[in-house]
Amino acid sequence: MAALTHLEEEKLIKEQGYNDHFYDHHHGDKHQMGFITKYIFCQDHKIIAKQFLITGIIWAIIGAAMSVIFRLQLGFPEADMAWLRPFLGKWIVVNDDGIGSLDPNFYYALVTMHGTIIVFFVLTAGLSGTFSNLLIPLQIGARDMASGFLNMLSYWFFFLSSVIMLASLVLSTGPFSGGWTAYPPLSALPQASQGSGTGMTLWLISLTFFVVSVLLGGVNYITTILNLRTKGMSMWRMPLTIWAFLITAIIGLLSFPVLVAGFLLLMFDRGMGTSFYLSEIFIGGQALDNVGGSPVLFQHLFWFLGHPEVYIIILPAMGLVSEILSVHSRKPIFGYKAMVFSMLAIAFLSFIVWAHHMFMAGVNPFISNFFVLFTLIIAVPSAVKVFNWIATLYGGNVRFNSASLFAIGFVSMFISGGLTGIFLGNSTIDIQQHDTYFVVAHFHIVMGIAAFFGMFAGIYNWFPKMYGRFMNETLGQIHFWGTLIGAYLIFGPMHYIGLAGVPRRYFRFDSFETFKQFDALNQFITVCAIIVFALQILFVVNFFYSIWKGKKVTSKNPWESNTLEWTTPIKPGHGNWEGNIPTVNRWPYDYGKDGVDFIPQIKPLAEGEQHSELHQ
Amino acid sequence: MTGFIILLAIVLVVVISVQIGKIVELANKIRGQEESDRINADRTAFWLLVFGIALILGTIWSCYHYKNFMLGYGPHEAASIHGKKVDSIFNLTVILTGIVFVLTQVALFYFAFKYKGRPGKKVLFIPHNNKLEFYWTITPAIVMTILVVSGLMAWNEIMADVKEDEDFIEIEAVAYQFAWDIRYPGKDHKLGTRNYKLISGTNGLGMDWTDPKTHDDFIADQIVLPKGKKVRVRITSKDVLHNFYLPQFRVKMDAIPGLPTYFVFTPEKTLDEYKLELRKYPEYLEPSDPKDPFGPKKWETFTYELGCAELCGIGHYSMRKVVKIVSPKEYEEWFNKQNSVYFSTVRNTDDDPNKGKVLAGEPITTSVETKEKVDTTVIISKESLNKK
Repeated sequence: MAALTHLEEEKLIKEQGYNDHFYDHHHGDKHQMGFITKYIFCQDHKIIAKQFLITGIIWAIIGAAMSVIFRLQLGFPEADMAWLRPFLGKWIVVNDDGIGSLDPNFYYALVTMHGTIIVFFVLTAGLSGTFSNLLIPLQIGARDMASGFLNMLSYWFFFLSSVIMLASLVLSTGPFSGGWTAYPPLSALPQASQGSGTGMTLWLISLTFFVVSVLLGGVNYITTILNLRTKGMSMWRMPLTIWAFLITAIIGLLSFPVLVAGFLLLMFDRGMGTSFYLSEIFIGGQALDNVGGSPVLFQHLFWFLGHPEVYIIILPAMGLVSEILSVHSRKPIFGYKAMVFSMLAIAFLSFIVWAHHMFMAGVNPFISNFFVLFTLIIAVPSAVKVFNWIATLYGGNVRFNSASLFAIGFVSMFISGGLTGIFLGNSTIDIQQHDTYFVVAHFHIVMGIAAFFGMFAGIYNWFPKMYGRFMNETLGQIHFWGTLIGAYLIFGPMHYIGLAGVPRRYFRFDSFETFKQFDALNQFITVCAIIVFALQILFVVNFFYSIWKGKKVTSKNPWESNTLEWTTPIKPGHGNWEGNIPTVNRWPYDYGKDGVDFIPQIKPLAEGEQHSELHQ
Repeated sequence: MTGFIILLAIVLVVVISVQIGKIVELANKIRGQEESDRINADRTAFWLLVFGIALILGTIWSCYHYKNFMLGYGPHEAASIHGKKVDSIFNLTVILTGIVFVLTQVALFYFAFKYKGRPGKKVLFIPHNNKLEFYWTITPAIVMTILVVSGLMAWNEIMADVKEDEDFIEIEAVAYQFAWDIRYPGKDHKLGTRNYKLISGTNGLGMDWTDPKTHDDFIADQIVLPKGKKVRVRITSKDVLHNFYLPQFRVKMDAIPGLPTYFVFTPEKTLDEYKLELRKYPEYLEPSDPKDPFGPKKWETFTYELGCAELCGIGHYSMRKVVKIVSPKEYEEWFNKQNSVYFSTVRNTDDDPNKGKVLAGEPITTSVETKEKVDTTVIISKESLNKK
């Protein structure tokens, strides 16, 4: 038995494939008449994926540039920032000597926007939005999403939300500046902070539209996966990417509405004089009438989304990495079913651990017992996943390229960041570490860097499918090594700063004897952050250069992968497959089975061959 | 200038990388695809291994180098009794996660190195292994059980509130944008009632003067506490969320308007004892102000501090208050010197609901310190007492 040639593959789809009469009615191209319907208000999942990706990249540049500015403040608080005046205007206060310094109002706005943008716009929309859209129809063998129209709306709600958030950046009172978690009363009272006025109103509206986008997308992903799988594609034959997107969409559907509920109550408190979150407040020389509310209620509502949100971010990355590690190790993913069950376990547990963000927030310490227990239980399925990824490499024939390297980097980051989570999930240690730089280091590594690594791996791996060209491999590897080393150098030292007790979200440290000892480390981190930022610019250059000038893909299946997306034409049009839809005869991980390098899912079992998935 | 240099650096990194990319591709072309693939695989595998080793060694080195920042080591030993427990559970976790970190990272990078790609190489087809998977599910479960049990035992002990009959000092920390007010209960050891509607320029905490328990309450400009005595801090806020954070004592709790919280701890080291310990560490022998090399050393300027650990607005980074732990005797002396807010500023002014009335147990004699500061209102009250 040998691997399939392209001719054999086409013959297989033609003979065994399923004719859904897609091309008989000519509706296949009816939505792609002109420029506007093809590239702007497009209903094709592949174009929508690119829209999500490119919008996400633009937001990532903005979000990362913000972090560079506030890192400059933290590393070099005395340095002259007057050169930023052309970009930031009045937020750079220039004194009589011509030395410019950052306005603390804007520092806090930058910190807040950095978090909001990266968490929601980049790692939720940019990551899950891109790859769910691109891969779900292609990998399950569907012509498109269940509803192309809702899918289009999903992007345009995200776009609307982006525009509103962008507008809030240029307000004269500045964007919202109370932290991405937006805890009231700070976020509820315009008297409390400049950014809590119009900036906060726009922030709330923007994120509400964003939730609409996520929900429309999520409904679509779930429906598509459950209903539009091609013949033979049983649930246990889906690639792990699809499992990850399915579970992610379910989590999003269950948790995002709770956030909107929290936001609505906050809007009422802000605009209609209700007291859901406000009680006994004296601010701006005035005692407010609100009594009986509880700021802790908002935290419950927020983290009921907020915690599942981190899994909404990391699960798609896990799915992408599982697929990429398997393909480039030329080996089946180790423990396919264990991978699925651990994702399900993580998803379930993600709903009952939210209060571990609130151990020190004034909730009853007795309640914390349950949250500690469930939180630390999550370490078990996470550990299983890590072991399985490592076991996938074992005995493989690992092909090194930007995609597989970023996947390996993802595993390394996930281990490092996951382990520090064990400290924070334990409420006793959290007494000291809560809201310090240790937390900053932890979540940046485990859901920031790791999720970005998963996203980069995915982009390098599926770029040929998106644009019919490869990204430049050498630049990709420079990007990988610089980012891997740089990310550890940025966030490694932060653990020690946090252990020494330095709180996060400080504008300067020099008023405290305890916190001001770390100038050298802070400078080092800032320098590393600037270099890593430059490397991301390199990635963006590579990305856009390769769209038009990259090396052309010459074969349908450049990675010699088993999944269905590589049976489509090099540049698939609307409807994905030119003739019949391929049918599936086996699971997606038959790499190296019986000595054959790879056996695509469309290939029927040979005589006497057993299904690999039956051994699970 | 700085900006120009930074922009230049970013541009340079990009340009240099693009050039390297071009050179490498040219070299690959000259060498031929297969040959260059092999060389690249070898090189990448080698550097992955080097990176793995560097990561492990770097982590171990940095743990050693920065050990004085870690909880329970060097100058970062907890200054409270429960803090010792926090530190010990931290260290247990460091050891257990440290082992896992080294094993998994070594396996990851070593396997990537060992199983680097070669054309036509046969792989091991192992979709799963139930026995192995059972063991590596059960092992983390056991480790987690150890951590959960030890962590929760300590947690419930630390977070337990004081019992009625216990001997403790209660103080109140009231946060607002952007400072703290620390209220002591005075000689009756009971904090008087507050009402946020009564807050005014002269009554910053909104103390309800009709409650006699407020009369001896005083507000201190520093937190002063005796060594070895249990303290219950009642924590609350006037406006937005804040967080009462004493880093050296492993104390942290949100301050919430309308919802008072508490933290109970027992300071174990006086400030002077702590400073003497700091003297043992070279980093604290350096001058506190780098511009003044002959000025006071870091250990001399050191003090315990209270800070805010919950974002509360633009002044979040400046909510500092000095904390002093002293011997019980010194505390007694300091305590007796403090003036009650009521008798020093409110008594018999228009703000006083008891104006003109005689209060039961009103102090007839005051300490020397107060006598010097006695204002007319106090004198009037004394005269009225004498007349009786």
